[in-house]
Amino acid sequence: MIMPEDEQKRLARRRLNLERRASVFKHIRDFFNEQGFLEVETPIRAPAIAPEQFIVPFQSEDWYLAASPELHMKRLLAAGYENINQFSHCFRKGERGRWHNPEFIMLEWYRKGADYQIIIEDTEKLITTVVYKLGFKKSIKYQGQEIDISLPWPRITVRDAYIRFAGWDPIAENDAERFDLDFIEKVLPNFAKDRPTVLIDYPASQASLARLKTDNPKVAERAEVFIGGLELANAYSELVNAKEQEKRFREAIEQIKKERGQTMPLPEKFLEAMKSLPECGGIALGIDRLVMLLCDADKIDDVMAFTVDEA
Amino acid sequence: MDTEISDVRKNTKIVIDGALYNVVEVDFTKPGKGRSVYRLRLQNMRDGGVTDRTYRSGEKVDAASMSTEEEQYLYHEGDQYIFMNSKSYEQHGISEKTLGIKKNFLKEGQSVIVLMFGDEAIDIQLPITIDLKVTDTETALKGATITAQNKISVIETGYKVSTPAFIKVGDVIKIDTRTGNYLERVNTGK
Repeated sequence: MIMPEDEQKRLARRRLNLERRASVFKHIRDFFNEQGFLEVETPIRAPAIAPEQFIVPFQSEDWYLAASPELHMKRLLAAGYENINQFSHCFRKGERGRWHNPEFIMLEWYRKGADYQIIIEDTEKLITTVVYKLGFKKSIKYQGQEIDISLPWPRITVRDAYIRFAGWDPIAENDAERFDLDFIEKVLPNFAKDRPTVLIDYPASQASLARLKTDNPKVAERAEVFIGGLELANAYSELVNAKEQEKRFREAIEQIKKERGQTMPLPEKFLEAMKSLPECGGIALGIDRLVMLLCDADKIDDVMAFTVDEA
Repeated sequence: MDTEISDVRKNTKIVIDGALYNVVEVDFTKPGKGRSVYRLRLQNMRDGGVTDRTYRSGEKVDAASMSTEEEQYLYHEGDQYIFMNSKSYEQHGISEKTLGIKKNFLKEGQSVIVLMFGDEAIDIQLPITIDLKVTDTETALKGATITAQNKISVIETGYKVSTPAFIKVGDVIKIDTRTGNYLERVNTGK
């Protein structure tokens, strides 16, 4: 019933945020360039993508729109590329809300020989560098809350966070549904408001493409970064065992078939390449959310020129 | 009617334990790799009470099958506004609270679309704009004829609206029923 707001006014109002968005891209590119990374581009549209139980892809004829550039970037690593980064358009069906738009920009980077801890250190350096270059000091203000971003950022294991805030141990007890719901209702709202939080060591059932700890296979070497209540990034010590990966993919394909009635193909070319994938660490960081944080924007719409509702 | 939670939008009407709710707000959250969670703010359409409910992706809700019928506005008594189906002569009351701003644009005998849930009238739909006659207004201030000064005018339903100074008693003006604002003069009255 409400008439669409005049587009010129909307875009004029977003201009300062879009200018800051452009600066964020520039500072990130400078950061990786200085560290000798190679910026790459991989297909947005591909015949197979990583099957994920809770990520619904858009189809494009018989192919898929990328939900992440991960598989192609790992194919580059498998071919001998060492440190690579990419900004890529990613698509996830049905994801729309204050923090979501079905098309968004993901920054991914991979380092040969690194693990998730090193990748988290990269993330700390990257974000603080961008913050300083934008002219902030040791803290930023987001939605009325002062956030101290001085390093290192506090780490908390998934196990400790859930025991403390939700009253149970998700490593000992495998309950994926309760895990997600409690995360949103109990765990995330209890993170320190005035500091970033790095949540580390996920249950093996939530490993996705991360490797399990050799001394504790119930735990995956996976970490997520949260600032101001925003889920910003997801890091792995990458799984390099193609057999184990194929097993996880097949399980996910079966789940998807059962729950959504969708038949997803096995990413064969990736699995073939994975046989030569070196030990490496990588991360996916939601750029739109980082820009939200740096523009003090309470919704993703304020940092995009055209959301799905305005396209 | 079973509906995927992902298809629920603001203003979708759903039924929970037999009671009808309007979805006031949908808050979508999702851990990157995890399940989507939808937090709905719901308003009970009978008593206006507000409650929050959380749903996970894949869950279904019972979307209310609503129908519409054309009815005539008759009168209001206390906080009830009474409408009548001109074919069946059945009468339905809708509370002042539910009608909100729309109550200001109802003339006796006027046709409106009534939103029905079973036998119960839930709400009415008005056209986006409506033309109503001015029954009273302040005399324009002397010397204010050239400036865009506004004044208060009263329309035939008793509603008071801010209009330009040139509006006179008997003029018909167009009003936006969503905001209650004056839009333009349609006819000059005699």
